[in-house]
Amino acid sequence: MITLTVNGQKHKVDADPNMPLLWAIRDIIGLTGTKYGCGAAQCGACTVHLNGESVRSCVTKLSRAAGQQVVTIEGLSANNNHPLQQAWNELNVPQCGYCQSGQLMSAAVLLRENPQPTDQDIDDAMSGNICRCGTYQRIRSAIHLAAELQRKAMASK
Amino acid sequence: MKQQISTINKSTFPAKALAVVASLLIAVGVMAFAINDKPDASKTDTSYVVKKDSVASVKAFKQVYTVLMSARCMNCHPSGDIPLQGDDNHLHTMAPKRGIDGKGVYAMKCANCHQPTNTPGLHMPPGNPNWHLPPANMKMVFQGRTPRQLAQQLVDPKRNGNKGMKKLIEHADDGLVLAGWNPGDGRTLPPMSHAAFKKAWITWLTTGAYAPSAKAK
Ligand code: FES
Ligand code: FES
Repeated sequence: MITLTVNGQKHKVDADPNMPLLWAIRDIIGLTGTKYGCGAAQCGACTVHLNGESVRSCVTKLSRAAGQQVVTIEGLSANNNHPLQQAWNELNVPQCGYCQSGQLMSAAVLLRENPQPTDQDIDDAMSGNICRCGTYQRIRSAIHLAAELQRKAMASK
Repeated sequence: MKQQISTINKSTFPAKALAVVASLLIAVGVMAFAINDKPDASKTDTSYVVKKDSVASVKAFKQVYTVLMSARCMNCHPSGDIPLQGDDNHLHTMAPKRGIDGKGVYAMKCANCHQPTNTPGLHMPPGNPNWHLPPANMKMVFQGRTPRQLAQQLVDPKRNGNKGMKKLIEHADDGLVLAGWNPGDGRTLPPMSHAAFKKAWITWLTTGAYAPSAKAK
């Protein structure tokens, strides 16, 4: 039995410790916002936060998450109101949408560590998240917009 | 006559010995270069005594060099800020960057994909609990270095992470160095066993850490 916290909620999972965290999240815990793309750490569709870092859950063993904090796209914000989600919405970033939860989770780490990213910073942070539909330009614009929204929200606090 | 590298500690290296060594070096066509370390480092570590032998030293380094320039070692000692992959040392797909601490940047940190252990299967990320590149302020580049350049760099504390003799010897058993011999499915091993590498490494260091001549390939 492995205990882990997902989106603030404790879960006891009865599964092989070698099971990919992605499987546990999707098939056992039932949160299907996180996607399976390649299963080989090549695409980023399965990105979740493990103690705040954007790990690829398809190659992360369930055992690595034992006793740790996992956040999935469902837990990125309380009401889908993370600045990134607002910006994504505003600029209609997704096309098919399949890669987007991974894109958002990666972008969230970037914005946390660098509230005012340049184009180069965005490329450096996002180059591992593949989008078959080629929404890269909108992703970049939306990250800039989210950074702005985040700054405004901070300023008004 | 070829020039003596200035890092030799003159006070512990009498002129006569210098002359003998220098003539020896000319004879074998190598350039001398002593370990840039506290002069008595070998005394503090009784298990290793430096006995200068430029011929044996250069010979051992040739073996060391083949290992360090193999994909398993060089791929994490790139000349740029992107690690390398494969036996052809191509740039790591997705272009992850070194970052300040060598552990990547933002959403592209090494440990996001590289687990504490190898992920099984072909082309899956190899793993180590401490997976990283050398940090930005101590890049320890192997890629593109000639044998002579690499030998000099390896014993220069300003460029080797401030390692003296003892730490250099210990480094042969570093977890990430050892990972080169446990590279994950489908990856070529370094050209000799770890034991043979360690032996050559220690021989090179304990015979004076001589650098091959500039012409050596
Ligand atoms: S599904 Fe994990 S990186 Fe592609
Ligand atoms: S929106 Fe279709 S894969 Fe990215």
